[in-house]
Amino acid sequence: MLGSPFFPQSAIRNPQSIMSPFLFWIFALLMLVFGAAVVVNRNPVASALSLVVSFLGLAALFMSLDAYFLGIIQVLVYAGAVMVLFLFIIMLLDLRAETRRRINWLATAGGIAVALVLLMQISFVVSRFQLARQTFPALPGSTIDDVRNVGALLFSNYNLPFQIVGVLVLVATIGVVLLSRREPR
Amino acid sequence: MDSFFIITSLLKIVGILFVVILPMVSYVVYAERRVSAFIQDRLGPNRVGPAGLFQPIADIFKLLLKEDFTPRAANTFYYWLAPCLAVMPAIITIAVVPFGSTLFGVPMVIADVNVGILFVFAIASLGVYGIVIGGWASNSKYPFLGGIRSSAQMLSYELSLGLSVIPVFMLVGNLRLTSVVRYQIEHGWFIAPFVGDWINPWKWLLTIPMIVSFLVFMIAMFAETNRLPFDLPEAEQELAGGYHTEYSSMKFALYFLGEYAAMITGSAVIVTLFFGGWHFPGIPDGSHGWIFGLINIAVFFTKVTIVILFFMWIRWTLPRFRYDQLMRLGWLFFFEIALVNIFLVAAILPYIPKV
Repeated sequence: MLGSPFFPQSAIRNPQSIMSPFLFWIFALLMLVFGAAVVVNRNPVASALSLVVSFLGLAALFMSLDAYFLGIIQVLVYAGAVMVLFLFIIMLLDLRAETRRRINWLATAGGIAVALVLLMQISFVVSRFQLARQTFPALPGSTIDDVRNVGALLFSNYNLPFQIVGVLVLVATIGVVLLSRREPR
Repeated sequence: MDSFFIITSLLKIVGILFVVILPMVSYVVYAERRVSAFIQDRLGPNRVGPAGLFQPIADIFKLLLKEDFTPRAANTFYYWLAPCLAVMPAIITIAVVPFGSTLFGVPMVIADVNVGILFVFAIASLGVYGIVIGGWASNSKYPFLGGIRSSAQMLSYELSLGLSVIPVFMLVGNLRLTSVVRYQIEHGWFIAPFVGDWINPWKWLLTIPMIVSFLVFMIAMFAETNRLPFDLPEAEQELAGGYHTEYSSMKFALYFLGEYAAMITGSAVIVTLFFGGWHFPGIPDGSHGWIFGLINIAVFFTKVTIVILFFMWIRWTLPRFRYDQLMRLGWLFFFEIALVNIFLVAAILPYIPKV
Protein backbone atom coordinates (compact mmCIF):
# COMPACT_ATOMS: atom_id res chain seq x y z
CA MET A 1 0.00 0.00 0.00
CA LEU A 2 1.08 3.51 -0.70
CA GLY A 3 0.98 6.32 1.81
CA SER A 4 -1.19 9.31 1.17
CA PRO A 5 0.00 11.16 -1.90
CA PHE A 6 0.88 14.51 -0.40
CA PHE A 7 2.81 12.94 2.44
CA PRO A 8 4.72 9.72 1.82
CA GLN A 9 4.59 7.09 4.54
CA SER A 10 7.85 8.09 6.12
CA ALA A 11 6.46 11.54 6.75
CA ILE A 12 3.21 10.28 8.22
CA ARG A 13 4.94 8.18 10.87
CA ASN A 14 6.36 11.40 12.20
CA PRO A 15 3.31 13.26 13.54
CA GLN A 16 5.16 16.57 13.49
CA SER A 17 5.24 16.69 9.73
CA ILE A 18 1.64 15.70 9.08
CA MET A 19 0.83 19.34 8.73
CA SER A 20 3.72 21.48 7.72
CA PRO A 21 3.43 24.83 9.55
CA PHE A 22 4.40 26.56 6.34
CA LEU A 23 1.43 25.10 4.46
CA PHE A 24 -0.84 25.80 7.42
CA TRP A 25 0.03 29.50 7.42
CA ILE A 26 -0.37 29.79 3.66
CA PHE A 27 -3.83 28.28 3.63
CA ALA A 28 -4.95 29.95 6.86
CA LEU A 29 -3.89 33.33 5.49
CA LEU A 30 -5.62 32.57 2.20
CA MET A 31 -8.82 31.78 4.09
CA LEU A 32 -8.69 34.87 6.30
CA VAL A 33 -7.75 37.34 3.56
CA PHE A 34 -10.46 36.14 1.21
CA GLY A 35 -12.93 35.82 4.09
CA ALA A 36 -12.35 39.51 4.79
CA ALA A 37 -12.65 40.22 1.06
CA VAL A 38 -16.17 38.73 1.12
CA VAL A 39 -17.21 41.48 3.53
CA VAL A 40 -15.14 44.35 2.14
CA ASN A 41 -15.90 43.93 -1.57
CA ARG A 42 -18.67 46.16 -2.90
CA ASN A 43 -19.27 43.97 -5.94
CA PRO A 44 -21.40 40.92 -5.01
CA VAL A 45 -19.80 38.72 -7.68
CA ALA A 46 -16.35 39.50 -6.28
CA SER A 47 -17.65 38.65 -2.79
CA ALA A 48 -19.03 35.33 -3.95
CA LEU A 49 -15.76 34.41 -5.69
CA SER A 50 -13.77 35.38 -2.60
CA LEU A 51 -15.96 33.04 -0.59
CA VAL A 52 -15.11 30.26 -3.05
CA VAL A 53 -11.37 30.85 -2.55
CA SER A 54 -11.93 30.91 1.21
CA PHE A 55 -13.70 27.53 0.98
CA LEU A 56 -10.83 26.14 -1.07
CA GLY A 57 -8.40 27.26 1.64
CA LEU A 58 -10.51 25.53 4.27
CA ALA A 59 -10.59 22.37 2.16
CA ALA A 60 -6.80 22.49 1.88
CA LEU A 61 -6.54 22.80 5.68
CA PHE A 62 -8.74 19.72 6.11
CA MET A 63 -6.64 17.80 3.60
CA SER A 64 -3.36 18.73 5.20
CA LEU A 65 -4.78 17.17 8.40
CA ASP A 66 -5.35 13.94 6.42
CA ALA A 67 -9.14 14.48 6.42
CA TYR A 68 -9.44 14.05 2.67
CA PHE A 69 -13.11 13.19 2.74
CA LEU A 70 -14.14 16.34 4.62
CA GLY A 71 -11.89 18.47 2.44
CA ILE A 72 -13.19 17.13 -0.84
CA ILE A 73 -16.82 17.34 0.30
CA GLN A 74 -16.14 20.97 1.19
CA VAL A 75 -15.06 21.59 -2.40
CA LEU A 76 -17.75 19.43 -3.98
CA VAL A 77 -20.72 20.79 -2.03
CA TYR A 78 -19.84 24.36 -1.11
CA ALA A 79 -17.39 25.55 -3.76
CA GLY A 80 -18.82 23.41 -6.56
CA ALA A 81 -22.56 23.52 -6.03
CA VAL A 82 -23.81 26.01 -3.44
CA MET A 83 -21.66 28.90 -4.62
CA VAL A 84 -22.52 28.23 -8.26
CA LEU A 85 -26.17 28.65 -7.31
CA PHE A 86 -25.31 31.86 -5.44
CA LEU A 87 -23.49 33.25 -8.47
CA PHE A 88 -26.38 32.20 -10.67
CA ILE A 89 -28.74 34.39 -8.62
CA ILE A 90 -26.31 37.26 -8.03
CA MET A 91 -25.62 37.66 -11.73
CA LEU A 92 -29.29 38.28 -12.38
CA LEU A 93 -29.29 41.25 -9.97
CA ASP A 94 -28.57 44.86 -10.83
CA LEU A 95 -24.96 45.00 -9.66
CA ARG A 96 -24.46 48.73 -10.27
CA ALA A 97 -27.20 49.59 -7.79
CA GLU A 98 -25.49 47.30 -5.32
CA THR A 99 -22.08 48.98 -5.71
CA ARG A 100 -23.60 52.45 -5.38
CA ARG A 101 -25.29 51.67 -2.10
CA ARG A 102 -23.89 53.75 0.76
CA ILE A 103 -22.35 52.21 3.83
CA ASN A 104 -24.52 52.25 6.93
CA TRP A 105 -21.96 53.15 9.61
CA LEU A 106 -24.24 52.27 12.51
CA ALA A 107 -24.78 48.75 11.16
CA THR A 108 -21.04 48.39 10.52
CA ALA A 109 -20.20 49.37 14.09
CA GLY A 110 -22.83 46.95 15.40
CA GLY A 111 -21.43 44.14 13.29
CA ILE A 112 -17.88 44.77 14.50
CA ALA A 113 -19.10 44.85 18.11
CA VAL A 114 -20.89 41.50 17.76
CA ALA A 115 -17.80 39.97 16.13
CA LEU A 116 -15.59 41.26 18.95
CA VAL A 117 -17.90 39.87 21.64
CA LEU A 118 -17.87 36.48 19.91
CA LEU A 119 -14.07 36.57 19.66
CA MET A 120 -13.81 37.37 23.39
CA GLN A 121 -16.17 34.53 24.27
CA ILE A 122 -14.22 32.04 22.17
CA SER A 123 -10.87 33.09 23.60
CA PHE A 124 -12.33 32.90 27.13
CA VAL A 125 -13.62 29.37 26.57
CA VAL A 126 -10.44 28.21 24.86
CA SER A 127 -8.20 29.57 27.62
CA ARG A 128 -10.23 27.61 30.22
CA PHE A 129 -10.29 24.43 28.12
CA GLN A 130 -7.95 21.99 29.85
CA LEU A 131 -7.75 19.41 27.04
CA ALA A 132 -6.34 22.02 24.69
CA ARG A 133 -3.25 22.41 26.87
CA GLN A 134 -1.83 19.00 26.07
CA THR A 135 -0.67 17.74 22.71
CA PHE A 136 -2.78 15.10 21.08
CA PRO A 137 -1.24 11.62 20.94
CA ALA A 138 0.00 10.63 17.50
CA LEU A 139 -2.60 9.02 15.26
CA PRO A 140 -2.43 5.21 15.43
CA GLY A 141 -2.03 4.04 11.84
CA SER A 142 -0.38 5.51 8.80
CA THR A 143 -3.19 4.39 6.53
CA ILE A 144 -6.30 6.05 7.91
CA ASP A 145 -9.17 5.52 5.52
CA ASP A 146 -11.33 8.43 6.56
CA VAL A 147 -14.02 7.66 3.97
CA ARG A 148 -14.53 4.23 5.54
CA ASN A 149 -14.47 5.70 9.06
CA VAL A 150 -17.10 8.33 8.28
CA GLY A 151 -19.31 5.72 6.61
CA ALA A 152 -18.96 3.23 9.45
CA LEU A 153 -19.78 5.87 12.07
CA LEU A 154 -22.80 7.15 10.13
CA PHE A 155 -24.28 3.69 9.81
CA SER A 156 -23.58 2.50 13.36
CA ASN A 157 -23.37 5.14 16.12
CA TYR A 158 -25.30 7.85 14.32
CA ASN A 159 -27.72 5.71 12.39
CA LEU A 160 -30.93 7.25 13.78
CA PRO A 161 -29.93 10.90 13.19
CA PHE A 162 -28.71 9.87 9.75
CA GLN A 163 -32.09 8.34 8.90
CA ILE A 164 -33.91 11.40 10.25
CA VAL A 165 -31.77 13.69 8.09
CA GLY A 166 -32.56 11.42 5.14
CA VAL A 167 -36.30 11.84 5.73
CA LEU A 168 -35.81 15.59 6.08
CA VAL A 169 -34.00 15.80 2.75
CA LEU A 170 -36.70 13.65 1.12
CA VAL A 171 -39.42 15.97 2.42
CA ALA A 172 -37.48 18.97 1.11
CA THR A 173 -37.12 17.31 -2.31
CA ILE A 174 -40.84 16.57 -2.49
CA GLY A 175 -41.55 20.16 -1.46
CA VAL A 176 -39.36 21.50 -4.25
CA VAL A 177 -41.04 19.26 -6.81
CA LEU A 178 -44.45 20.42 -5.58
CA LEU A 179 -43.51 24.11 -5.64
CA SER A 180 -41.88 24.02 -9.07
CA ARG A 181 -44.70 22.06 -10.69
CA ARG A 182 -46.44 23.86 -13.47
CA GLU A 183 -49.95 24.98 -12.64
CA PRO A 184 -52.50 23.20 -14.84
CA ARG A 185 -54.41 25.82 -16.80
CA MET B 1 12.61 8.54 0.20
CA ASP B 2 11.17 12.03 0.51
CA SER B 3 13.24 13.64 -2.21
CA PHE B 4 12.73 10.55 -4.40
CA PHE B 5 8.97 10.96 -3.99
CA ILE B 6 9.09 14.66 -4.80
CA ILE B 7 11.31 14.20 -7.87
CA THR B 8 9.25 11.35 -9.35
CA SER B 9 6.02 13.28 -8.69
CA LEU B 10 7.40 16.36 -10.43
CA LEU B 11 8.57 14.23 -13.36
CA LYS B 12 5.12 12.67 -13.64
CA ILE B 13 3.37 16.05 -13.49
CA VAL B 14 5.64 17.62 -16.12
CA GLY B 15 5.46 14.50 -18.29
CA ILE B 16 1.68 14.23 -18.17
CA LEU B 17 1.12 17.94 -18.72
CA PHE B 18 3.67 18.82 -21.40
CA VAL B 19 4.33 15.48 -23.08
CA VAL B 20 0.82 14.05 -23.03
CA ILE B 21 -2.06 16.45 -22.34
CA LEU B 22 -1.01 19.61 -24.24
CA PRO B 23 0.19 17.87 -27.44
CA MET B 24 -2.82 15.59 -27.20
CA VAL B 25 -5.17 18.59 -27.03
CA SER B 26 -3.71 20.14 -30.17
CA TYR B 27 -3.89 16.86 -32.05
CA VAL B 28 -7.40 16.13 -30.78
CA VAL B 29 -8.45 19.46 -32.28
CA TYR B 30 -6.80 18.42 -35.56
CA ALA B 31 -8.44 14.99 -35.35
CA GLU B 32 -11.80 16.61 -34.69
CA ARG B 33 -11.50 18.69 -37.85
CA ARG B 34 -10.45 15.66 -39.90
CA VAL B 35 -13.13 13.39 -38.42
CA SER B 36 -15.87 15.98 -38.89
CA ALA B 37 -14.68 16.43 -42.48
CA PHE B 38 -14.75 12.68 -43.01
CA ILE B 39 -18.28 12.41 -41.59
CA GLN B 40 -19.50 15.33 -43.71
CA ASP B 41 -17.75 13.99 -46.83
CA ARG B 42 -15.17 16.79 -46.99
CA LEU B 43 -11.35 16.75 -46.75
CA GLY B 44 -10.58 18.94 -43.77
CA PRO B 45 -7.19 20.59 -43.13
CA ASN B 46 -4.67 18.75 -45.33
CA ARG B 47 -2.29 21.45 -46.57
CA VAL B 48 0.23 22.03 -43.74
CA GLY B 49 2.68 19.13 -43.75
CA PRO B 50 1.88 15.56 -44.77
CA ALA B 51 -1.91 15.02 -44.54
CA GLY B 52 -2.13 18.32 -42.64
CA LEU B 53 -0.29 16.91 -39.64
CA PHE B 54 1.46 20.22 -38.87
CA GLN B 55 -1.84 22.09 -38.78
CA PRO B 56 -1.86 22.31 -34.92
CA ILE B 57 1.48 24.17 -34.98
CA ALA B 58 0.13 26.63 -37.54
CA ASP B 59 -2.99 27.03 -35.39
CA ILE B 60 -0.92 27.87 -32.32
CA PHE B 61 0.94 30.63 -34.21
CA LYS B 62 -2.29 31.93 -35.67
CA LEU B 63 -3.89 32.17 -32.22
CA LEU B 64 -0.82 33.79 -30.65
CA LEU B 65 -0.48 36.41 -33.37
CA LYS B 66 -4.12 37.50 -33.53
CA GLU B 67 -5.17 40.76 -31.94
CA ASP B 68 -6.01 40.32 -28.27
CA PHE B 69 -9.13 42.44 -28.02
CA THR B 70 -10.85 43.41 -24.76
CA PRO B 71 -14.32 44.94 -25.09
CA ARG B 72 -14.62 48.37 -23.46
CA ALA B 73 -17.64 47.46 -21.32
CA ALA B 74 -16.10 44.24 -20.04
CA ASN B 75 -15.05 43.79 -16.43
CA THR B 76 -11.33 43.53 -17.21
CA PHE B 77 -10.06 41.59 -14.20
CA TYR B 78 -12.69 38.85 -14.42
CA TYR B 79 -12.50 38.92 -18.20
CA TRP B 80 -8.82 37.91 -17.89
CA LEU B 81 -9.34 35.51 -15.02
CA ALA B 82 -12.13 33.43 -16.58
CA PRO B 83 -10.16 31.60 -19.33
CA CYS B 84 -7.57 30.50 -16.76
CA LEU B 85 -10.34 29.19 -14.51
CA ALA B 86 -11.67 27.21 -17.45
CA VAL B 87 -8.36 25.43 -18.14
CA MET B 88 -7.12 24.60 -14.66
CA PRO B 89 -9.80 22.18 -13.35
CA ALA B 90 -9.63 20.09 -16.51
CA ILE B 91 -5.88 19.63 -16.11
CA ILE B 92 -5.88 19.13 -12.32
CA THR B 93 -8.40 16.29 -12.56
CA ILE B 94 -5.93 14.03 -14.37
CA ALA B 95 -3.82 13.95 -11.18
CA VAL B 96 -5.82 11.11 -9.59
CA VAL B 97 -6.28 8.99 -12.71
CA PRO B 98 -3.88 6.01 -12.91
CA PHE B 99 -2.50 6.16 -16.44
CA GLY B 100 -0.21 3.11 -16.15
CA SER B 101 0.82 0.36 -13.78
CA THR B 102 4.38 0.98 -12.61
CA LEU B 103 7.53 2.11 -14.35
CA PHE B 104 10.80 1.19 -12.60
CA GLY B 105 8.73 0.55 -9.47
CA VAL B 106 7.17 4.02 -9.50
CA PRO B 107 3.36 3.93 -9.63
CA MET B 108 2.08 5.73 -12.71
CA VAL B 109 -0.44 7.95 -10.95
CA ILE B 110 0.34 11.43 -9.70
CA ALA B 111 -1.77 11.40 -6.52
CA ASP B 112 -3.32 8.14 -5.34
CA VAL B 113 -5.87 9.71 -2.96
CA ASN B 114 -8.45 7.64 -1.10
CA VAL B 115 -11.26 9.95 -2.32
CA GLY B 116 -10.28 9.45 -5.98
CA ILE B 117 -13.59 9.78 -7.81
CA LEU B 118 -14.89 12.48 -5.44
CA PHE B 119 -11.76 14.49 -6.24
CA VAL B 120 -12.58 14.19 -9.94
CA PHE B 121 -16.16 15.38 -9.40
CA ALA B 122 -15.18 18.17 -7.01
CA ILE B 123 -12.51 19.68 -9.26
CA ALA B 124 -14.58 19.18 -12.39
CA SER B 125 -17.46 21.05 -10.73
CA LEU B 126 -15.14 24.06 -10.36
CA GLY B 127 -14.85 24.18 -14.15
CA VAL B 128 -18.22 25.90 -14.37
CA TYR B 129 -16.75 29.09 -12.86
CA GLY B 130 -14.60 29.72 -15.92
CA ILE B 131 -17.65 29.65 -18.15
CA VAL B 132 -20.00 31.57 -15.85
CA ILE B 133 -17.47 34.30 -15.04
CA GLY B 134 -16.47 34.56 -18.71
CA GLY B 135 -20.08 35.00 -19.73
CA TRP B 136 -20.74 37.57 -17.03
CA ALA B 137 -17.51 39.60 -17.39
CA SER B 138 -17.97 40.00 -21.15
CA ASN B 139 -20.92 42.25 -20.31
CA SER B 140 -22.83 41.18 -23.37
CA LYS B 141 -26.17 39.46 -23.82
CA TYR B 142 -25.29 36.22 -25.60
CA PRO B 143 -22.25 35.27 -23.53
CA PHE B 144 -24.30 35.97 -20.41
CA LEU B 145 -27.07 33.64 -21.56
CA GLY B 146 -24.43 31.00 -22.30
CA GLY B 147 -22.97 31.34 -18.82
CA ILE B 148 -26.37 31.05 -17.15
CA ARG B 149 -27.24 28.01 -19.24
CA SER B 150 -23.99 26.30 -18.44
CA SER B 151 -24.27 26.75 -14.67
CA ALA B 152 -27.76 25.24 -14.64
CA GLN B 153 -26.75 22.43 -16.99
CA MET B 154 -23.61 21.45 -15.10
CA LEU B 155 -25.35 21.46 -11.71
CA SER B 156 -28.13 19.25 -13.05
CA TYR B 157 -25.91 16.70 -14.70
CA GLU B 158 -23.50 16.44 -11.79
CA LEU B 159 -26.27 14.55 -9.98
CA SER B 160 -26.57 11.87 -12.65
CA LEU B 161 -22.79 11.81 -12.99
CA GLY B 162 -22.31 11.10 -9.28
CA LEU B 163 -25.18 8.65 -8.90
CA SER B 164 -24.33 6.63 -12.01
CA VAL B 165 -20.92 5.51 -10.73
CA ILE B 166 -22.10 4.44 -7.27
CA PRO B 167 -22.65 0.83 -8.51
CA VAL B 168 -18.97 0.67 -9.51
CA PHE B 169 -17.86 1.68 -6.04
CA MET B 170 -20.36 -0.61 -4.34
CA LEU B 171 -18.56 -3.49 -6.04
CA VAL B 172 -15.05 -2.20 -5.36
CA GLY B 173 -15.80 -1.04 -1.81
CA ASN B 174 -13.31 1.83 -2.09
CA LEU B 175 -13.19 5.23 -3.77
CA ARG B 176 -9.53 4.92 -4.82
CA LEU B 177 -9.16 4.81 -8.60
CA THR B 178 -6.18 2.43 -8.45
CA SER B 179 -8.38 -0.01 -6.50
CA VAL B 180 -10.98 0.25 -9.24
CA VAL B 181 -8.38 -0.77 -11.81
CA ARG B 182 -7.06 -3.58 -9.60
CA TYR B 183 -10.60 -4.91 -9.07
CA GLN B 184 -11.19 -4.92 -12.81
CA ILE B 185 -7.96 -6.82 -13.44
CA GLU B 186 -9.10 -9.54 -11.03
CA HIS B 187 -12.83 -9.63 -11.84
CA GLY B 188 -13.19 -8.45 -15.43
CA TRP B 189 -13.85 -4.95 -16.74
CA PHE B 190 -17.00 -3.30 -15.46
CA ILE B 191 -18.41 -2.98 -18.97
CA ALA B 192 -18.24 -6.82 -19.23
CA PRO B 193 -18.03 -8.25 -15.68
CA PHE B 194 -18.63 -11.83 -16.86
CA VAL B 195 -15.20 -12.11 -18.50
CA GLY B 196 -13.09 -14.70 -16.67
CA ASP B 197 -16.15 -16.04 -14.80
CA TRP B 198 -18.21 -17.19 -17.76
CA ILE B 199 -20.49 -19.73 -16.04
CA ASN B 200 -21.68 -17.50 -13.18
CA PRO B 201 -25.22 -16.33 -14.13
CA TRP B 202 -25.10 -13.49 -11.58
CA LYS B 203 -22.14 -11.96 -13.37
CA TRP B 204 -24.17 -11.97 -16.58
CA LEU B 205 -27.09 -10.36 -14.74
CA LEU B 206 -24.71 -7.74 -13.34
CA THR B 207 -23.81 -6.74 -16.90
CA ILE B 208 -27.20 -5.05 -17.40
CA PRO B 209 -26.94 -2.47 -14.58
CA MET B 210 -23.26 -1.93 -15.35
CA ILE B 211 -24.03 -1.03 -18.97
CA VAL B 212 -26.85 1.26 -17.82
CA SER B 213 -24.42 2.86 -15.38
CA PHE B 214 -21.87 3.32 -18.16
CA LEU B 215 -24.40 4.88 -20.53
CA VAL B 216 -25.71 7.34 -17.92
CA PHE B 217 -22.16 8.29 -16.93
CA MET B 218 -21.13 8.74 -20.53
CA ILE B 219 -24.13 10.94 -21.36
CA ALA B 220 -23.67 13.01 -18.21
CA MET B 221 -20.03 13.42 -19.20
CA PHE B 222 -21.15 14.83 -22.57
CA ALA B 223 -23.21 17.39 -20.67
CA GLU B 224 -20.39 18.19 -18.22
CA THR B 225 -17.87 18.81 -20.99
CA ASN B 226 -20.37 20.89 -23.00
CA ARG B 227 -20.09 18.62 -26.01
CA LEU B 228 -22.77 18.28 -28.61
CA PRO B 229 -25.60 17.11 -28.30
CA PHE B 230 -25.50 19.13 -25.06
CA ASP B 231 -23.42 22.17 -26.08
CA LEU B 232 -26.18 24.62 -25.16
CA PRO B 233 -23.79 27.12 -23.51
CA GLU B 234 -22.15 27.82 -26.86
CA ALA B 235 -24.94 26.99 -29.29
CA GLU B 236 -23.73 28.97 -32.32
CA GLN B 237 -27.07 29.32 -34.01
CA GLU B 238 -28.82 30.78 -30.96
CA LEU B 239 -26.09 32.50 -28.95
CA ALA B 240 -23.52 33.50 -31.60
CA GLY B 241 -20.90 31.37 -29.83
CA GLY B 242 -22.10 31.56 -26.25
CA TYR B 243 -19.81 32.37 -23.36
CA HIS B 244 -16.71 32.94 -25.50
CA THR B 245 -18.27 35.22 -28.11
CA GLU B 246 -16.30 38.27 -26.89
CA TYR B 247 -13.01 36.41 -26.54
CA SER B 248 -10.22 36.46 -29.10
CA SER B 249 -6.62 35.37 -29.58
CA MET B 250 -4.96 33.43 -26.75
CA LYS B 251 -7.85 33.87 -24.31
CA PHE B 252 -10.14 32.15 -26.78
CA ALA B 253 -7.47 29.50 -27.23
CA LEU B 254 -7.45 28.90 -23.47
CA TYR B 255 -11.20 28.20 -23.55
CA PHE B 256 -10.61 25.83 -26.42
CA LEU B 257 -7.78 24.16 -24.53
CA GLY B 258 -9.97 23.81 -21.43
CA GLU B 259 -12.79 22.24 -23.39
CA TYR B 260 -10.58 19.66 -25.05
CA ALA B 261 -8.55 18.96 -21.90
CA ALA B 262 -11.85 18.32 -20.11
CA MET B 263 -12.77 15.91 -22.87
CA ILE B 264 -9.46 14.05 -22.50
CA THR B 265 -9.73 13.78 -18.71
CA GLY B 266 -13.38 12.78 -19.04
CA SER B 267 -12.42 9.99 -21.42
CA ALA B 268 -9.60 8.96 -19.07
CA VAL B 269 -12.08 8.66 -16.19
CA ILE B 270 -14.49 6.64 -18.34
CA VAL B 271 -11.66 4.29 -19.35
CA THR B 272 -10.54 3.90 -15.73
CA LEU B 273 -14.02 3.20 -14.39
CA PHE B 274 -15.46 0.94 -17.06
CA PHE B 275 -12.76 -0.25 -19.46
CA GLY B 276 -10.14 -1.56 -17.06
CA GLY B 277 -7.81 1.44 -17.07
CA TRP B 278 -4.35 0.43 -18.27
CA HIS B 279 -5.20 -3.28 -18.19
CA PHE B 280 -5.43 -5.39 -21.32
CA PRO B 281 -5.97 -9.17 -21.11
CA GLY B 282 -2.66 -11.01 -21.46
CA ILE B 283 -0.36 -8.05 -20.85
CA PRO B 284 1.37 -8.21 -17.44
CA ASP B 285 1.91 -5.09 -15.33
CA GLY B 286 5.09 -3.06 -14.93
CA SER B 287 6.59 -5.29 -12.23
CA HIS B 288 7.59 -7.75 -14.98
CA GLY B 289 9.91 -5.26 -16.67
CA TRP B 290 9.86 -1.64 -17.72
CA ILE B 291 8.84 -2.52 -21.26
CA PHE B 292 5.49 -3.77 -19.93
CA GLY B 293 5.14 -0.59 -17.88
CA LEU B 294 5.46 1.41 -21.10
CA ILE B 295 3.03 -0.90 -22.90
CA ASN B 296 0.48 -0.38 -20.06
CA ILE B 297 0.71 3.38 -20.53
CA ALA B 298 0.32 2.97 -24.30
CA VAL B 299 -2.73 0.73 -23.77
CA PHE B 300 -4.33 3.34 -21.51
CA PHE B 301 -3.87 6.19 -23.96
CA THR B 302 -5.03 4.04 -26.86
CA LYS B 303 -8.27 3.39 -24.99
CA VAL B 304 -8.59 7.10 -24.20
CA THR B 305 -8.13 7.92 -27.88
CA ILE B 306 -10.85 5.46 -28.86
CA VAL B 307 -13.29 7.04 -26.38
CA ILE B 308 -12.39 10.52 -27.71
CA LEU B 309 -13.08 9.36 -31.28
CA PHE B 310 -16.44 8.10 -30.05
CA PHE B 311 -17.12 11.55 -28.54
CA MET B 312 -16.40 13.09 -31.96
CA TRP B 313 -18.51 10.58 -33.79
CA ILE B 314 -21.48 11.47 -31.53
CA ARG B 315 -20.83 15.19 -31.93
CA TRP B 316 -20.99 15.15 -35.70
CA THR B 317 -23.92 12.72 -35.88
CA LEU B 318 -26.57 13.97 -33.43
CA PRO B 319 -28.42 17.31 -33.51
CA ARG B 320 -28.47 19.59 -30.46
CA PHE B 321 -31.16 19.19 -27.80
CA ARG B 322 -33.50 22.02 -26.93
CA TYR B 323 -32.76 23.58 -23.55
CA ASP B 324 -35.95 22.44 -21.78
CA GLN B 325 -35.49 18.95 -23.25
CA LEU B 326 -31.98 18.86 -21.83
CA MET B 327 -33.15 19.81 -18.35
CA ARG B 328 -36.10 17.43 -18.40
CA LEU B 329 -33.85 14.60 -19.62
CA GLY B 330 -31.40 15.24 -16.79
CA TRP B 331 -33.87 15.59 -13.95
CA LEU B 332 -36.72 13.27 -14.94
CA PHE B 333 -34.88 10.52 -16.79
CA PHE B 334 -31.18 10.01 -16.05
CA PHE B 335 -31.49 10.91 -12.36
CA GLU B 336 -34.18 8.26 -11.80
CA ILE B 337 -32.45 5.63 -13.94
CA ALA B 338 -29.21 6.09 -11.99
CA LEU B 339 -31.11 5.84 -8.69
CA VAL B 340 -32.95 2.63 -9.65
CA ASN B 341 -29.69 1.24 -10.97
CA ILE B 342 -28.11 1.53 -7.52
CA PHE B 343 -30.91 -0.58 -6.00
CA LEU B 344 -30.55 -3.15 -8.80
CA VAL B 345 -26.84 -3.58 -8.15
CA ALA B 346 -27.47 -3.73 -4.40
CA ALA B 347 -29.88 -6.62 -5.01
CA ILE B 348 -27.34 -8.50 -7.13
CA LEU B 349 -24.38 -7.69 -4.88
CA PRO B 350 -24.83 -10.55 -2.32
CA TYR B 351 -24.47 -13.13 -5.10
CA ILE B 352 -21.24 -11.73 -6.48
CA PRO B 353 -18.20 -13.55 -5.08
CA LYS B 354 -16.14 -11.28 -2.82
CA VAL B 355 -12.44 -10.63 -3.58
